[in-house]
Amino acid sequence: MSAEFLDALISVLGSSIRLAVPLLFACLAGLWSERSGVVDIGLEGKMLFAAFAAGTAASLLHSPWAGLGAGILVAIALSLVHGFAAITQRGNQIVSGVAINFLAAGMTVLLGQAWFHEGGRTPQLANTERFLSIELPGAGAFRDTALGHVYAEVISGHNILVYLAFVCVPLTAWVLFRTRFGLRLRAVGDNPHAVDTAGVSVAGLRYAAVVVCGVLCGCAGTYLAVAQSAGFIRDMTAGKGFIALAALVFSKWRPVPAMFTCLLFGFLDALASRLQGTPLPGIGVVSVQVFQALPYALTVVLLVGLIGRAVPPKASGIPYTKDR
Amino acid sequence: MSTPRRALPPLVDYGLLPLLNLTAAFLVAGLVVLVIGEDPIGTVKIMLSGSLGYAEGIGFTLYYTTNFIFTGLAVAVAFHAGLFNIGAEGQATVAGIVVAALCLTFDGAPWWLVFPFALAGGMLGGAAWAFVPAWAQARRGSHIVITTIMFNFLAATLIVYLLVNVMGKPGAMSPETRTFAEATRLPLLRDLVAPLGWDLGQSPLNPMIFVAIVAVAVVWVLIWHTRLGYEIRTVGFNPTAAAYAGIDAGHVVIAAMLISGALAGLVAVNEVMGVQSRLVLEFVGGAGFVGIAVALMGRSHPFGVVLASLLFGVLYQGGAELAFEKPKITRDMIVVIQALVILFMGALEHMFRPALERIFARSGEGGR
Repeated sequence: MSAEFLDALISVLGSSIRLAVPLLFACLAGLWSERSGVVDIGLEGKMLFAAFAAGTAASLLHSPWAGLGAGILVAIALSLVHGFAAITQRGNQIVSGVAINFLAAGMTVLLGQAWFHEGGRTPQLANTERFLSIELPGAGAFRDTALGHVYAEVISGHNILVYLAFVCVPLTAWVLFRTRFGLRLRAVGDNPHAVDTAGVSVAGLRYAAVVVCGVLCGCAGTYLAVAQSAGFIRDMTAGKGFIALAALVFSKWRPVPAMFTCLLFGFLDALASRLQGTPLPGIGVVSVQVFQALPYALTVVLLVGLIGRAVPPKASGIPYTKDR
Repeated sequence: MSTPRRALPPLVDYGLLPLLNLTAAFLVAGLVVLVIGEDPIGTVKIMLSGSLGYAEGIGFTLYYTTNFIFTGLAVAVAFHAGLFNIGAEGQATVAGIVVAALCLTFDGAPWWLVFPFALAGGMLGGAAWAFVPAWAQARRGSHIVITTIMFNFLAATLIVYLLVNVMGKPGAMSPETRTFAEATRLPLLRDLVAPLGWDLGQSPLNPMIFVAIVAVAVVWVLIWHTRLGYEIRTVGFNPTAAAYAGIDAGHVVIAAMLISGALAGLVAVNEVMGVQSRLVLEFVGGAGFVGIAVALMGRSHPFGVVLASLLFGVLYQGGAELAFEKPKITRDMIVVIQALVILFMGALEHMFRPALERIFARSGEGGR
């Protein structure tokens, strides 16, 4: 293997991680919500609105942390709207999710244009208003060794939210599968009647899950506007919420597979931009669209059952009604 | 919908309740306008006069209405079978590819010769794109919402690929086909009504509005006066009961989705053969998603769909005028209104119900 190829591979791996992060946050967000029985196709909208709030707050208050706080608050607010419709009003959860996506798409540009007059953008963020990359300890020292090089280029040098996203994976797994709260939360997504009979509030658990979903969507949006870019741009989520949804199905609603799926989708994305216009030996130039279509196509193939079955939590999407 | 609900008088159930939800949606929209620092009443006035106040505006309003009738009917037919078709956007996109391929092949031929083929091709294209999600739902149990979302994205990448690599105009920077010959384009109604002294200005209204009216009648007959329509409604109402009645639910699901996709595909004839006269990216322009709001608002009834489409036609055309007169309120205001209509008419459908039930239960007892 040539050194050139290795360098290219390392740089693609580095950007795979960066591209996977918003997907991972959003995918975990969906996982929390759907494990509790609330289907959420509004991930895209929550992420988008959070990105707008984060970009706005970071530039007005000159702090990325203010951005993160605002992003999380707005995403929680949207989550509660969804929760109110889905849990309290027992409305159609899909319809509510669609509404949230449209609300975010419209409001962000409308408010952005009214407040900043830059075609829906928020002001460009200075470096002090963004989450910048962090050098992990030892990254400089071992750069010359092969392993040290990978460590320095792939593992180190990301911003704080990247590491937070990957910490959220074991955290989610631990809470959902190792704590009483997690057990109840999963139970409420599979058999709410049983949980209700045990004297635990179905609505309370679902609201809790929906709030966690909001927090994670807030992180996803903040990452887009305040870490990856320097400000909010209209439609900057560009379907990532739906890719995250695809990743959720693909990982069969499990945290660790979710991480690997998001990394795979991030890798496809990174590869697409890397290979743009470069012919592959024996294949020729592969269109960018092929890579773009792959996550969706793979998810459909999985859903149709050609590579295993994806079975969602039993009660997801079904409003809970107490027996009278 | 398993909640036992007390019966309301039909006029309240089908009139007052939806009206309350719609009012709530528009009140919140008014609040948004206030937050931006504009006057809601003045905004409504501009929207109404811009969309209904003069002939050209009406022409534009009816052109938007045409698209929304097709996608609204598409979503409504699927709703009747208990299916949520979020894929009208993608189905119309693929239909557009078929319609454009037909128009490019027979370029120069008179429009009335190509028109039937374009109608059939558009419907086939839309139905074909709806088939896989339908089949996956019916035979493999995979959720149609997720698959139709995926198919929207697949359609979006497919049209980019085709316009960049296959069908695009050689040497052009923007991804689009060449413009069809004058003779092959759908004639504009403005040219037909000009001798009557009506001036529709630059509005792109074309004969597809008549096709839309026919589609409304056909869907009405289909849903309430055919065996298939009865089966569709039965499956949508109670799949278990349908199975006991000997109805093959899978078959009905596929049929309903094919009809739904075909209706969405008609948008492509209006846009590609009519308005744009070429294939451009994103020619559907969100009409597929507006169909969701339209179907919810029209309560999946063809005539309700017509009324809701008219309202959204007014919003779209009025919104364009609004963006022109008040730069602070961009066209994204329509998307916000659309979201609020979907939220209040769809997800929060029953929010005002308990209160109404209490009011009418009390008055009922009082009368006794």
